[in-house]
Amino acid sequence: MLENKCNCGDGNNCNKISEEAINKIKDIIESHKEQEGALIEVLHEVQDYYGYLPFEVQKLISEEMGIALADIYGVVTFYTRFTIEPTGKYRISVCLGTACYVKGSQKIYDKIKEKLNIKEGEVTPDGKFSLDAARCVGACGLAPVMLVNEDVYGKVTADMIDEILGKYE
Amino acid sequence: MENVKVTIDGKIVEVPKDYTVLKACREAGIKIPTLCYLKDVNQIGACRMCLVEIDNIRGLQASCVYPVYEGMNIHTNNEQIRQARKVNLELILSNHNRECTTCIRSENCELQQLSKELNIKDIEYEGEKNAPPIDDISPSIVRDNSKCILCRRCVSMCKDVQKVNAIQATDRGFKTEIGVGFNKSMNDYNCINCGQCIQACPVGALYEKRNMDQVWKALADKEKYVMVQTAPAVRTALGEEFGMPMGTRVTGKMVTALRKLGFAKVTDTNTGADLTILEEGTEFLDRVVNGTGKLPIITSCCPAWVKSCEQDYPDVLEHLSSAKSPHLMMGSILKHFYAEKAGIDMNKAFVVSVMPCIAKKFEQDRPEMEARGARDVDVTITTRELAMMIKEAGIDFVKLEDSKFDDPIGEATGAGAIFGATGGVAEAAFRTVVEKLTGHEIEQIEYHQLRGEKKIKEFSAQAGDRTLRGVIVSGIGNIKEILEEVRHGESKYDFIEIMACEGGCIMGGGQPIVNARTKEDVNVFEKRAAAIYEEDTKAELRRSHKNPFVLRLYEEFLEKPNSHVSHELLHTGYKKRDKYPDECKKQ
Repeated sequence: MLENKCNCGDGNNCNKISEEAINKIKDIIESHKEQEGALIEVLHEVQDYYGYLPFEVQKLISEEMGIALADIYGVVTFYTRFTIEPTGKYRISVCLGTACYVKGSQKIYDKIKEKLNIKEGEVTPDGKFSLDAARCVGACGLAPVMLVNEDVYGKVTADMIDEILGKYE
Repeated sequence: MENVKVTIDGKIVEVPKDYTVLKACREAGIKIPTLCYLKDVNQIGACRMCLVEIDNIRGLQASCVYPVYEGMNIHTNNEQIRQARKVNLELILSNHNRECTTCIRSENCELQQLSKELNIKDIEYEGEKNAPPIDDISPSIVRDNSKCILCRRCVSMCKDVQKVNAIQATDRGFKTEIGVGFNKSMNDYNCINCGQCIQACPVGALYEKRNMDQVWKALADKEKYVMVQTAPAVRTALGEEFGMPMGTRVTGKMVTALRKLGFAKVTDTNTGADLTILEEGTEFLDRVVNGTGKLPIITSCCPAWVKSCEQDYPDVLEHLSSAKSPHLMMGSILKHFYAEKAGIDMNKAFVVSVMPCIAKKFEQDRPEMEARGARDVDVTITTRELAMMIKEAGIDFVKLEDSKFDDPIGEATGAGAIFGATGGVAEAAFRTVVEKLTGHEIEQIEYHQLRGEKKIKEFSAQAGDRTLRGVIVSGIGNIKEILEEVRHGESKYDFIEIMACEGGCIMGGGQPIVNARTKEDVNVFEKRAAAIYEEDTKAELRRSHKNPFVLRLYEEFLEKPNSHVSHELLHTGYKKRDKYPDECKKQ
């Protein structure tokens, strides 16, 4: 049975968005006003700004853009790049697509999990790093590939992990 | 339309060039299995059941989305096609909860039927199954995604036909699920409980919240005096559940069956409808003549429309009639007038409504639907649930004799009956309103321009020197333009009737479910509508203001329409509702 619960995250404090964030999100939507099919771009920009796309944020987008919430949620959950859970300040994605996997990206992925002591989709307790697996980032020539936010690292080996993550300490 | 010649299994046929291969095959009398295809609603080629082979086209093609062209050569039956269809069906079945014996759609399931037709013996692909939680939080509707086959018929119905857009495919791949998202219930979303998704579903993934157990329990309780009322649309379709031809009017048998089930009083919601006409009609006249409220007046007897109004058009709420819907009025009268006259303790009186609708469950549950400490109606069940109860009780429905509704409430008028079809409320209202305005009886009481399947029907009626203009909207997906005009004060109408289901209550979400293939051949609306208009023409009285019980009610109890007592018992108010409520439930 589905639980009759609200959408207030883990604690008892609902995720109310601040006035400032509401205005910023409205500005983003406004800048795409005349553009047809702007939803995905809006979602990208809002996620870049807010970090993730929780219920309250999607509801605001739904109201401002006149798109049904179910449709927005459908898009957000279809693309792995979007997340409805909070992410770390630095989002690590390790490509587990075919080429990277063959070149041993699973080892890299496991090493990061071990080092940060988090599982897929989780955030470190200090909120710094979050980890997820990507399915091909379109840089197979550099396999195995990992990303930290917008930075791309190619031909990664397990030995390089400490150095790479060290840059974001 | 230009025609093209195509060859299907060696036979040359000529069809309009905008046809799909499926349509051409059907017309040529060739049966092609379909599952996700629902005429006029869903054509997406998702289930891969309708595969055919086309010469010079690589691979098998989904015929439901493939357009015909001149000289096309189609094959519908060879080893490769049969195998492909079977494998696809087995794959669908491999992630389907196959507990058929306890499934609500057993024997009326398109997946079950197809498995039988394609001779599926065992399913090779046993593996992981999705086990999503059942959403049964809504008072109206239950979603069990373990039964869902992702055909998206419900999504298309909700999004493209009803334009409510509450549900969507979420996530991707194996994890794909139809729902509202965020692990939320449909109850906490903009779902209006119209139940058309249930009518679209080929399997048992969507069904009404069942309340039969409460009815059985009440019937077994010696301390309760259980009364029942049936909506006009129920009698036009109940027979279908017992294999009777579509459009058979089963009023008399239904009354007999209800009595056999043990109800102390069997009454007709049509009388509640007559009462609604007097209350709503008077309110309308008052707004027209004395300017006591906003025009156009908009009907409020459809609870799915009312919820849509509250969440999508809150600025139009003032236009809604304050009259409660017929079954709530009837419930209120049964408890506060009838029970008292009959010497029954008000606390023992228990009212059950049988409705063609699942939104009526939500409506009955609304906190404001009560008066003087008693709920207007205690339990609401659908036409389908009533059929289940009759079967469970071992009643041979088809062989039952006819009987009449209980006195003193007795038979209602034909005006009350036609409430069940689109345009019926307006027609019933105008039969009364025009006579009240002019002060004399009108010969012509049938308003044929208000009948039929059209989604928008305009009409005008002359009452003395006054011309009253109205419009009927059939289907919640067709309201936008008309309501935008109302919203901007530009409406040219005095009266607007809105029913959320296309065709009105006879096509409601609680009515017997008609198989997708039957819907291709039979016009369900026409059949059921014919039954309801027959109920009207066969009625002794056809004007709501002539209903003897209603007249007595005003004389002995309510004084006059819209009186103080009427307002206390029979009227209500509505307020703005959040489309996606997010209030914290933990605090």
